Amino acid sequence: MYDRTIRRRRLTLAALLACSLLLLTVYFGESTGGALHNVQRGVFSVFAPIQEGASTVLKPARDLFGWFGDTIDAKGRVAELESSNQSLRTRAIAGSEAIRINGQLEALLNLDKAGGLALAKPVTARVIGQSPTALYSTVTINQGSDTGIKTGNPVINGYGLIGQVSTVTAHAAIVTLISDGELAVPARISAGGAQGIAQTGAGGPDDLRLKFIARRYRVDPGAAVVTAGTLSTTPGLESLYPPGIPIGSVTRVVDPGTDAQKIYLRTYADLQKLELVQVLTSAVRGNRP
Amino acid sequence: MSLDYRSLSWRLALICVVTVVFQVAAVSQVKVLGVNADLVPLVAASVGLILGSLPGAIFGFALGMLLDLALVETVGVASLILLGIGYAAGRLRELRDPQGAIVPLLVGAGATAAAQVGFLLLTFLLGQKVPLGWSLVWDLLGTVAFNAVIAIPLYLLVRRCLIAALPQDPRRRRRRAYTTGGLSPLSKS
Repeated sequence: MYDRTIRRRRLTLAALLACSLLLLTVYFGESTGGALHNVQRGVFSVFAPIQEGASTVLKPARDLFGWFGDTIDAKGRVAELESSNQSLRTRAIAGSEAIRINGQLEALLNLDKAGGLALAKPVTARVIGQSPTALYSTVTINQGSDTGIKTGNPVINGYGLIGQVSTVTAHAAIVTLISDGELAVPARISAGGAQGIAQTGAGGPDDLRLKFIARRYRVDPGAAVVTAGTLSTTPGLESLYPPGIPIGSVTRVVDPGTDAQKIYLRTYADLQKLELVQVLTSAVRGNRP
Repeated sequence: MSLDYRSLSWRLALICVVTVVFQVAAVSQVKVLGVNADLVPLVAASVGLILGSLPGAIFGFALGMLLDLALVETVGVASLILLGIGYAAGRLRELRDPQGAIVPLLVGAGATAAAQVGFLLLTFLLGQKVPLGWSLVWDLLGTVAFNAVIAIPLYLLVRRCLIAALPQDPRRRRRRAYTTGGLSPLSKS
């Protein structure tokens, strides 16, 4: 009896292990239209409304715990903010230069005016889920293909670009955030016009970089980085991102003026606190500047 | 008192769905000092600790499968990791039968660390980009610490959900030697 129990336990464990490995193999081997992917989309379609309902119901509890988290975070940042406040006050007194830069940033952040994004048929959506691990930088939104959302559509919030739609079902979609290393966005320095690729580096979600900037361009910390739009004149090579969407600002430059220069960015959007986003469902003039 | 398999199955299925929904819709979106809790390995380990290795492994597999399907992530990754966690927690109970009040905390922290490292390794082995860096280390350690804090209340909650369907009250069980044949409370039925 005891031996039989042990044998049954081992057999079941082996079967489950084999099943997991088989699923992994099949999932990687098939195309995105394969059976397993279809089942996954089906389950996601069923799950998304439940997730949306739960997200709404649990919002007060989330806000309450979020408040505790924010309070702890805020206490930890008091010294940093005091120093920052002093610096900002000095800059404000300095006068016109700060006001001019501030005006430029405000103009950049005012997406509708600066980018004419109303023509890109934006669809407003609410974030209803977020991946629990740092390895998957995705959020789930409550709008899908029935409102015109397609895979590859850029996604923004009030501060700038946050990512791109990677999976769509009828009523929900998964957005891969710009903090995911798989995403590469054609970008340029707003002031100087230097063009490159914004992509998260090997250091993880906080390691967003602007790559492939020629050494002849001087890039200073604080410079605003925006999407470059379509640079190629060849048909079929249009960028997914309209030009002029703010991405972030340069935080530091390592080895400036060399071929190995590394330009680090910080996104304008706080990717850990996303609530309302807009999906740009249509490209205007092939996303050319 | 006999084991009510139907009641136990329903309870486990409910725990599975509620865990995934609650994790994705709420817990993942609440960050303290930049990290968030991960209920999934805690629940898998709790079920293993309460029910034994075989139910723990099956529950972990199902929980992982639902998580992968609901988050549209690589199917099989979470199943593989969580079935290991459920099984290991169950074996710990069967071999050592630990009685200390701090056991769920230690098992929870261990399960979380195993899950985080497991996800990292599998992601790396599958050829996807792994964001190595201090922020990842901070995230891993922070999640382990956060999970350790909530491990005991979560274990008690899971036990409370399952206790009515078990053949005996685990609170009253006595320490048993490995050779007595008691693999899990389910084998008593």
